[in-house]
Order: sequence, then C-alpha cells, then structure tokens
Amino acid sequence: MASAQRPLSPHLQVYKPQITTIMSITHRATGVALTGGAVALVFWLLALASGPESFEVAQAVAGSWFGYLCLFVWSFCLFYHLANGIRHLVWDMGYGFEIPQFYASGWITVGASVGLTILAWVVGLMGLGGH
Amino acid sequence: MAMRTAIARVRGLGSAKTGTEHWWMQRVTAVGLIPLTLWFVASLVSLAGADFETAYLWVASPTGSVPMILLLLAGLWHGKLGLQVVVEDYIHAEGVKVAILMLLSLATVALGVAGVFAVCKISFGE
Repeated sequence: MASAQRPLSPHLQVYKPQITTIMSITHRATGVALTGGAVALVFWLLALASGPESFEVAQAVAGSWFGYLCLFVWSFCLFYHLANGIRHLVWDMGYGFEIPQFYASGWITVGASVGLTILAWVVGLMGLGGH
Repeated sequence: MAMRTAIARVRGLGSAKTGTEHWWMQRVTAVGLIPLTLWFVASLVSLAGADFETAYLWVASPTGSVPMILLLLAGLWHGKLGLQVVVEDYIHAEGVKVAILMLLSLATVALGVAGVFAVCKISFGE
C-alpha cells in the first residue's frame, strides 16, 4: 500500500526542551551506549579466559585514558539507565503520572545516577592498589 | 482490484507479531538486571586494579560465574530488544532494516555464546 508523504509527528523543533523529553531520549541513548559496554565485557572475559598475556593487553586498554573515559561514560550510562528504568517500571505499575511527580522522579533519577557514579569511582579509585 | 483485506498485511511479517511478548520480556529482563547490575558494579569496584590471578579466581568462583552468566544472558537479551526498537524507529528502508535486525539477532547470540563460553572455560579450568 502506497502511503502518502504526510508530515510525521512529533515536530521536535516546535517544542521547548523539558526534563521529561530530555530524560526520555537520554534513556535510549544510554541504553544504546551500554550495548557497547556489553561487547567490551565479552571481550574482557575472552581475554581473561585466554590467559595472563591477553589479559594484560585488555587491562592496558582499559587502563589507558580512552579506556578510563569509556568506563566512566559506561558507568554513568549504567546508573542512569538503571535508575530511570526503575522509574519506567513504576510507571508500568500505574504510579507517578501526575505532572509534579514526573518532575520529582526525574530529578531524583538524575541525582541518583550522578551520585552513584561519583560514589563508585571514589570507592574504586581508593581501592586501586589494594590488591 | 485487490481482494485481500488489510488483515493479511498485518499478519505474518506485518505489525501483528509478538509485540506483547517483546514488551513483556523487556520488563522481565529489566527486573532481573536490577540486582545483577548492582552486583556487577560492586564487583568491578572491589576488583579495581586487580591482577590476573584475582580476576581469574573471581570469575572462576560460583558466586562470580553464575551471576556473570545471568548478567550476560539478561543484559544481551535486554539490549537486543532495545536496539531492535531503535532500528525499527529510525530505519525506514525495509531491506536495510531487515538486514540490520538479522545482524542484530546473530550478533546477540554470538556474543552470548562467546561470553558464556569464556566464563565456563575459566570456571572449569581449561
């Protein structure tokens, strides 16, 4: 069936950015980023299974500035996707649909993901060399 | 004149496939991933700077290997379901879309098998 070339909604350019919309697209973006993290995890496990030499290479990659950047971004993506995912599950159960609740749960999610990311890195970096 | 009704387009490879199953499994894997990701991050934080031996023994132990396999399966499944929706939303050329979705399915299974194999190899020791 030939479909007419009608304009499609949403017309993003006519809307002012809001925390609700920004958080929605960020949930998708962090989810996509995390699939890259899943690929990295599989390669890390394969390197570990292959022996000390390949594991050294994997740790060198992870310990480079680019490796740290990826790990930092992935850690934030994980905490954000986790916290906002729980927010989604609460919606799925039918709660939190009042406008003020959207804003409150949104800011809680942003605060939790930023806070947990900082916490994980502070504890992780403090433990460096502890092994 | 076409004698077929619209339902013929909807069934089969049309829109009436397994939407509920997709939506539901995304939620089931999401709930499973809540404890698994928290365990994973806590483990990585405590393993920061670990040498080969420490990391190896961690994955080899049942408390490391079993959650790791569960994380791989639930995470890759959840990611596959999510990426599928992203592709369906943004890729409108039918041939390209089907090709990417097929590649996505194959890559998901390949990564899952490779990851589980690596954990089993470590856990069973060669």
